[in-house]
Amino acid sequence: MSKKLSPEEIVKYFKDEFKTKIKDVQVRKKSAGSKKKESYSIWMNIDKSIFKPFVKHLCDLQFPHLAVTSGNDLGKTIELIYHFTLGYGTRFGEIVLNVSVELPKSKPEIETICDYIPGALVTEREKQEMLGVKIVGIPDTRRLFLPDDFPEGVYPWRRDETGLEKLYKNLHEVKK
Amino acid sequence: MKQKTTTKTSYHIPIGPIHPALKEPVYFEFEIDGERIVDVDVKLGHVHRGIEWASRKRNPIQILYLAERVCGICSYSHPAAFTLAVEDAAGIEIPERAEYLRVIQGELERICSHTLWAGVAAHEIGFDTVLYFTWEIRERALDLTEYLTGNRVTKAIMTIGGIRRDITKDMLPTVTKHLNYLKDNFEKLRHAFLDDKTVKIRSQNVGILTKEDALKLCAVGPTTRASGVKKDVRVDTSYFAYGDLDVDYMTPDVLTGEINGDVYDRIIVRLLEVKQSIDLIEQCLDKMPSGDIIAEPKPAKLLSQLKKASGEGVGRHEAPRGEVIHYVKLNENEDAPYTWKIRAPTYNNILPWIPMLKGEQIADIPIVAASTDPCMSCTNRVAIVQDNNKYELTKEELHRLSIEKTRRLMKQ
Repeated sequence: MSKKLSPEEIVKYFKDEFKTKIKDVQVRKKSAGSKKKESYSIWMNIDKSIFKPFVKHLCDLQFPHLAVTSGNDLGKTIELIYHFTLGYGTRFGEIVLNVSVELPKSKPEIETICDYIPGALVTEREKQEMLGVKIVGIPDTRRLFLPDDFPEGVYPWRRDETGLEKLYKNLHEVKK
Repeated sequence: MKQKTTTKTSYHIPIGPIHPALKEPVYFEFEIDGERIVDVDVKLGHVHRGIEWASRKRNPIQILYLAERVCGICSYSHPAAFTLAVEDAAGIEIPERAEYLRVIQGELERICSHTLWAGVAAHEIGFDTVLYFTWEIRERALDLTEYLTGNRVTKAIMTIGGIRRDITKDMLPTVTKHLNYLKDNFEKLRHAFLDDKTVKIRSQNVGILTKEDALKLCAVGPTTRASGVKKDVRVDTSYFAYGDLDVDYMTPDVLTGEINGDVYDRIIVRLLEVKQSIDLIEQCLDKMPSGDIIAEPKPAKLLSQLKKASGEGVGRHEAPRGEVIHYVKLNENEDAPYTWKIRAPTYNNILPWIPMLKGEQIADIPIVAASTDPCMSCTNRVAIVQDNNKYELTKEELHRLSIEKTRRLMKQ
């Protein structure tokens, strides 16, 4: 179904297009079992400015599967990591492409990728409510998991003053 | 799925969050025209328990047991993906024998899960005799699970760096006995589901997901394979001992020669996978090398090793419902992982519901909704039967009991 690609080919494909906007490229090899068959994963940091063209470029290479987007609160910035997989459908051909984008906390905004990958909607809605990231152009702005009466401006995955600290009680401190 | 103003001919039906047709809480809002579904909206989060947040005060070994409680049915898959992520981040190598034992546990869970689903599916179309018949067979798979792990559901078998229980030579006859029973009854199961006229009428050409939609909406597991997308972590990548074994994509054309992407095809895929799982367990028992089953048997030593580690890792495992992926970020000198993100397969199979349900009839909602084998989590009420008296524990009572227990534990 999809073409088998080598991790070096993929890295070169993006490096040629975006050059220095891609940093910290890391190709990991992992072997398992008695026969020590190998599979690969790629990790890279990309600049926020090339995010949308990057996804477009990726779709031109091969339509990827977006597994999920995970996020970290790194203090001054919010890091989003898009976990794509490529080359599935071939034995040992699948490569996980982990693309990290850092957004400043002063303006945590990123473009939606739902126009290229419609399946990204669920994970983008989750990032909006959990990390307080604004997804520009998202087709559905509602919350996903959090109830409608959950307070505004509280983001459960944050580690700063907008986090959950004020909202929880320790069970052993609750008086009956 | 924006709220649309109703025209003269269409009306709205809410189904859920708690509804007899749904096994777990999820809320659907249907726009209906006569008997046909025009539009669907899905609302989630009724059982979101903040497990990732709860992990912030736990070390990786404690998280294993928390991960096990993400889902009652995938109580092996979540710890497995978490373990793979931690091993990826910390660079831990595991013994070869453990890799085979991990496959056996994973495949056994798949048999239990798929037969559970098959029973539920039969019940959804009102075929309850098949439900009892399927679950009778499933009972043997659970007995085997209990024999190998000591528990039927939450197995506590996975650990970082290996697995916790070995399969010794004297255990093999019992394992083979159970496997033979499953093999002998598989044909009966296949006949009951695939040759029956009623099942065919209810499931063929119902809830169709096209290959294009499956790809675009990032569907996973049997849901995407029934639409002809060849995607299976066990085949696509090399992890555990799957690289050594003979394993292939199970798509409906293996059996029927064609792909329709309907409910019937999803039944075919799951049944074929039950057979495949039995075969994989046999291959493992056959090829398993001897040796250690764990890299570092002392938890304290392992924890201090993990405390020194720093880095990010991703763990992926093919759970019964599809690819489960966990992301873990470890920071040096911190007990708890900095970030832990769980992504269960149903998360990606939410959006595919919409094209599946559109254009179908109201009566098909239960079976189409159940056909992706959704797994939301469990509700939290406890019923107690004591001396022929039956009563239910309320939320307040449960809370009071938990406080008492916590206080008792804190005194110790």
